[in-house]
Amino acid sequence: MDNRTLLYEGSEWDFNHLRRVHDAIEEIGVGEMGLDVYRNQIEVITSDQMLDAYASFGMPLMYSHWSFGKRYSREALLYRKGAQSLAYELVINSDPCVAYVIEENSMTMQTLVIAHACFGHNHFFKNNYLFRQWTHAERVLDDLAYAKRFIAECEERYGMQAVERTLDAAHALMSQGVSRYAPQRPVRSQDAVLKAESRKSHHEATYNDLWRTLPKPKEDADADDNAEREYDAAALRLPEENLLRFLSLHAPKLKDWQREVLDIVRKTAQYFYPQQQTQLMNEGCATFVHYQIMNRLHQTGQVNEAAMLEFLHMHTAVVTQPDFDDKRFRGLNPYALGFAMMKDIERICQSPEPEDEEWFPEIAGQGDFMGVLRDAWADFRDESFVLQFLSPHLIRKMRLFAVRDASDAPHLSVEAIHDESGYREIRHRLAQQYDLSKRDPEIEVTEADLKGNRRLVLTHRVRDGKTLSSSNCNRVLRHVANLWGYRVRLIEIDADSGQTLNDYDAVALP
Amino acid sequence: MQVIDRRQNPKSKSLGNRQRFLRRIKSQIRKTVKDAIENRSVTDLDSGEKVSVTANEIGEPTFGFDAAEGSRNYVIPGNHDYRRGDRIRKPGGGSGSGSGGSPDGDGEDAFVFMLSRDEFLNLFFEDLELPNLAKRKLKSVASEKWSRAGYANDGSPQRLNKYQTMRRSLARRIALKRPRLDELNRLEAELEAAESRADGDHGEEAKRLARLIEETRDRMRAVPFLDPVDLRYNRFEQTPKPATQAVMFCLMDASASMTESLKDLAKRFFILLHLFLNRHYRSVELVFIRHTYTAAEVDEETFFHGRETGGTVVSSALEVMLRIIRERYPVQDWNIYAAQASDGHNFDHDMPRTIELLQREILDLCQYYAYIEVGEEESSYVSALWSGYAQLEAHPHFARATVLDPTEIYPVFHNLFASNRQAS
Repeated sequence: MDNRTLLYEGSEWDFNHLRRVHDAIEEIGVGEMGLDVYRNQIEVITSDQMLDAYASFGMPLMYSHWSFGKRYSREALLYRKGAQSLAYELVINSDPCVAYVIEENSMTMQTLVIAHACFGHNHFFKNNYLFRQWTHAERVLDDLAYAKRFIAECEERYGMQAVERTLDAAHALMSQGVSRYAPQRPVRSQDAVLKAESRKSHHEATYNDLWRTLPKPKEDADADDNAEREYDAAALRLPEENLLRFLSLHAPKLKDWQREVLDIVRKTAQYFYPQQQTQLMNEGCATFVHYQIMNRLHQTGQVNEAAMLEFLHMHTAVVTQPDFDDKRFRGLNPYALGFAMMKDIERICQSPEPEDEEWFPEIAGQGDFMGVLRDAWADFRDESFVLQFLSPHLIRKMRLFAVRDASDAPHLSVEAIHDESGYREIRHRLAQQYDLSKRDPEIEVTEADLKGNRRLVLTHRVRDGKTLSSSNCNRVLRHVANLWGYRVRLIEIDADSGQTLNDYDAVALP
Repeated sequence: MQVIDRRQNPKSKSLGNRQRFLRRIKSQIRKTVKDAIENRSVTDLDSGEKVSVTANEIGEPTFGFDAAEGSRNYVIPGNHDYRRGDRIRKPGGGSGSGSGGSPDGDGEDAFVFMLSRDEFLNLFFEDLELPNLAKRKLKSVASEKWSRAGYANDGSPQRLNKYQTMRRSLARRIALKRPRLDELNRLEAELEAAESRADGDHGEEAKRLARLIEETRDRMRAVPFLDPVDLRYNRFEQTPKPATQAVMFCLMDASASMTESLKDLAKRFFILLHLFLNRHYRSVELVFIRHTYTAAEVDEETFFHGRETGGTVVSSALEVMLRIIRERYPVQDWNIYAAQASDGHNFDHDMPRTIELLQREILDLCQYYAYIEVGEEESSYVSALWSGYAQLEAHPHFARATVLDPTEIYPVFHNLFASNRQAS
């Protein structure tokens, strides 16, 4: 199949070329690399429309809220001043997979974008377990359309301000609005009855009259009280980490439409949660795929040298990783690290060194790197991926090192470098760095009194002495109190010592 | 696979969100707008404005870590010569963001964005409206009228343009060599003559002519006299009728007692009024009349910067204004606004005449007559004009106000035109 005709020449693109390039890429992506993708839908947009999409979480349609207007004003100003350029593409986890490409892109850029988004990201969306478990690609757009309509109707019926207040509060709790563990099977009432019956029959079967003769404990009343409280907590399924869900289910004063608004925001947050957990892998996967595809296109004579040079220029810009002391350093570049790790897996599979045999016995020298990568893309998230696949070779190549920054120490201390004793430590810490549950504060609803003073208690388990910033905390708490309708308290407890560090309190505005 | 061209879709989907955003920070924007009128030079008030809002007002708070508390681990690339156990001095006074770039230290920098010119003016003249708009309400609704706009290939029969159609028909007939009718007639006459002399060799001639006539007829049928491609119709287009016009009279006392700073105050007011009228009318003409004991129409430069000496006779200016209205601005075609700025002086003997002119004629001609009294400082002294004009208060077209300081101009202006102003 070598020495095919060129797909295109020059930098101008048109719709026929897009189609031909897509088909050629599909042949390589699906045929040679074994990618499994949703149907593609490529949409050409202008830079203005891209700015619009930027402002609303990158989604093609979104409900109305002032914060999107704020984001738009910001992005537009930065873009017009030339302080920031726009992304070449934007891709949405939906079925069919919608990819936006900007009309200003050159033909090579469009080719790159199609390989990157329509095959790389698309494959990842369709196959990664987090996306499969948490998002419903086939109905994302319908859900968004529903949300937009619902919010608009609410604005009409209950007034813009009321809706805005609810949305403000919900947005403040967005990162506390995700469930981090697999969704529970909904309890059917029939199950509950069965359970109660089996418990009763167990009691009857094991009944022993002897227990009756035991002296009763003195603090009976207390125990009853405690038991009741425990019962309440169980009924509310406390502790609950998903604040938005808890509020939408149990907040006593909310109206039905407000509960629905909270649910809409919660679902949006949940939709983005897998993306936050797999940014490194997702971008790495897409970058690896476009690199592979472009090279194959070139090998088979379907793109010429000029296009290849243009591509390499863009590709290197994308996977640049400045050193920590570089002015451009903004943390680890997910494109760079992801791509490097995947290229490294390819290397281990094809030409392993003794070291790799020792660290990765299952895949070293195994040959079929695409198979290994496809499995990795399907079954890992950033944290576990780093923990599993970061090799000493790459640690040395990128000269990674671990630093600890304690607020009470005058110095940063270097705790591991790329040496024999440091590999595992670096790998472990880098994995933790990608663990979202450690990156966000761990806040749970621990107590909710629905009968007495109706106070809601949230608990923040403080790790490594990282307490909440107090001004923001107070403001968010006010939002929570407004939703809950009564007093809300937030306690910060040190996870190790159990000591209470801070205590915040907020009341609802009338 | 599907490729969709979305470029034609409506852009600015965020417009609704932007409006919501602006509404939210209205108080801040209002302040910016107020500052703008004080600080900007008066001529470029008509453009957009950069608004800076502190992040606090529009912050979206979330639970986040305090950047200065606790300990953090980072893995970063590009180690040169650090070894395990090395200590690095904290950059930037140990603020804790560390070299890893803390992800949870939110900056509180001011949020800057641009207001467009329309947004700026909308806020600037928010809840203001032109008083007495009812009187000529129809005028400010732009009416459309039909006007000729060239020719079209199709149209209704009554719009057929015969001249253009025939021109094209003629050109086509010449180009395609359609035989003329009189040529045919001539041939027929010749044939008749030939037949009447019907003998021997003349028979040949008659046959030739008959064939020629037949050919000519065929050609005439093939090339019609009037073909559908010749047809031209008159085309009409709707164009806005230039009827919405207003004239604004600026009247100012130019006597020596009006200092530069007082004139500047007055100028600001005139500018505001001009901007405001510009938003309501397609074209606003300005007439500057300054007066001492006599009045004259002058250009803008002279109006604001020229200096004269002499007493003050207000009625002279009013007379000039009346004359100009009669000559150039017939009431039925023009919306007339007037603003008079003065420090309040007027010769006592002129007051009755002034009041009479206003009451009898001018106020009824004008949509609105605003009197601004400018002064250096607060005083209990009541000027001749202020006390004299007191009796005009009852007239729905009249309003008066005092301005002592540039910062007051906008509030005063706002009060005069506030939409809920009771015209009583």
